[in-house]
Amino acid sequence: MTTASAPVPGRPARVRAPAQDVAGLGITRAVGFLAPALLLIGAFLVFPAIWTIYIGITNYRLTGVEAVSPSIVGLSNYTKALNDALFHNALWLTVLFVLGSAIIGQNILGFALAWTMRRARPAVRRTVEGFVLLAWILPSTVVAYLWIAFFDRDTGTLNSILGTQGTAWLIDYPMVCLILFNTWRGTAFSMMLYSSALQAVPPSQLESARMVGASGWQTLRDVVFPHIRGHVLTNTLLISLWTANDFSPFLLTKGGPNHESETVPVYIYNVALQGGELGYSSAISFLLLIANLLVALLYLRLLRRRS
Amino acid sequence: MRPAYVDPAYIVRRIGFYVLICAITLFFAVPMLWIASAPFDKSPGLGVHWPDWTLDNVRKTLDHPYALHSMVNSLLICITTAVAVTAFAALASYALSRVRIPGRDALLYGLLLLSSVVTGTAAMVPIFVMMFQLGLIDSRFGVALVMTGGLLPAAIFILKDFVDAVPKSYEESARVFGASTLQILRDVVLPVARPGLATIMVWAFVNSWGNFLVPFLLIRSIDKQPGAVLLQTFTDEGGSANLSVIPVFSLLFSIPVVVLYLLVNSRYGFRFHGGIKS
Repeated sequence: MTTASAPVPGRPARVRAPAQDVAGLGITRAVGFLAPALLLIGAFLVFPAIWTIYIGITNYRLTGVEAVSPSIVGLSNYTKALNDALFHNALWLTVLFVLGSAIIGQNILGFALAWTMRRARPAVRRTVEGFVLLAWILPSTVVAYLWIAFFDRDTGTLNSILGTQGTAWLIDYPMVCLILFNTWRGTAFSMMLYSSALQAVPPSQLESARMVGASGWQTLRDVVFPHIRGHVLTNTLLISLWTANDFSPFLLTKGGPNHESETVPVYIYNVALQGGELGYSSAISFLLLIANLLVALLYLRLLRRRS
Repeated sequence: MRPAYVDPAYIVRRIGFYVLICAITLFFAVPMLWIASAPFDKSPGLGVHWPDWTLDNVRKTLDHPYALHSMVNSLLICITTAVAVTAFAALASYALSRVRIPGRDALLYGLLLLSSVVTGTAAMVPIFVMMFQLGLIDSRFGVALVMTGGLLPAAIFILKDFVDAVPKSYEESARVFGASTLQILRDVVLPVARPGLATIMVWAFVNSWGNFLVPFLLIRSIDKQPGAVLLQTFTDEGGSANLSVIPVFSLLFSIPVVVLYLLVNSRYGFRFHGGIKS
């Protein structure tokens, strides 16, 4: 339900543990212990996921406050998606958003921070990491508003720094703004993941790279990268998944102007609750679910291989 | 050979290093200046400037009919969510850790998969329709239920790691002294797993505190909105944003999350428990 529900990255998924029922719980009571959690998960996660499939093949509409009883229209919502220029636009913008803010922005900035902070003085390290972490823990609506203020046309900080008075960044360059915003907000995760990954690189290998006169870049490529390849993949998959599902573009731009920043989650919302087309938006939701599933399966495979 | 500190290349590299660090720090710090200055400024705007100090905005915010009320809504929703997530995840993870339930590994794998696949955005339409048909639109309890369902899979997974780490010998000795199953749970397992429980509770609280989408979808009336949604309402309604309330409100709304984070960080150390916040 949130973007933060990925379990324990950087550590292998523990799937087997010695089950020793010392307390004498027994199967029946154990099932009873599991029941409340499974019921809630079933009702609010599994059932909605399955129901998306059904709503997606109907013409379910929301008119006013009353829902008209839907009828099944087969795959026509999916053929509609194939020919929907706005959906193609949303897909492309989502790819851009993921590529720019997660795969490039958070990844590279996070790694750079982890790499440089390794040998920084503790005071410097605490300050820098403090700001990065603060950006990460602030509530997303507050962060969105910080950036609205930052980009403002009349009194925004960005305009006073750059001396570009009167530039409405969120209207003129909405995707650039969103990418900056999401890079700022999400870098902490990559930084922490890479910090712990870098501890696995044997110092002796770094030392010998220095002895043979390897440049910084060569050291990174030939010594460091082979050790952290798994972490890079894990991190990239996770942050891409979160970014592709991120709803906060809505908070900054609502998808505008003229659909220029309407990523898939925002498009789903606009089609469903602004346009009332629940059936069509469910079809798109289902496509997003399938995409999520593929990325998550890749991620789990990776975890298994490492453990 | 010259010592390293007079080597020009070394000096250039050090300067480059500090310039880079300063640039990165500024990138992260500058957008935050607004929330540090605007709440206490006589003429708060969207921009950052040295404030003309005043506490008027704080008073206006406290007097605002919905500002504090929305914090109460947030508290109601998030405490319900955090307690439910912790309680149900604790029961489930203990059962999964100690009893060999058939299909347990598949169940765990399924949970792990679910927690990353079914996101709020991918499931917003069916959740909206479902709550609509259940008559749970505009219900704070409904919001807490949806959030609990969404957070549980990851919570069970994280908590199981903690429960697995509780030494079974403790339970054995309690057993030897004739403790019943429930006594063992209450007096042995729960106290030992307390750091895990605290972490999960804080994690669930912080996640639901920051969650915008679920209450935004499900809550209609302004007096039931939690803070995350009210902030959006402030900026949206009536054409112009209420600039004396928004900065103070943003600050107040951020404080619980930051305090909880610092608390967890100082007591248990910050680790990768799925990330306390996305």
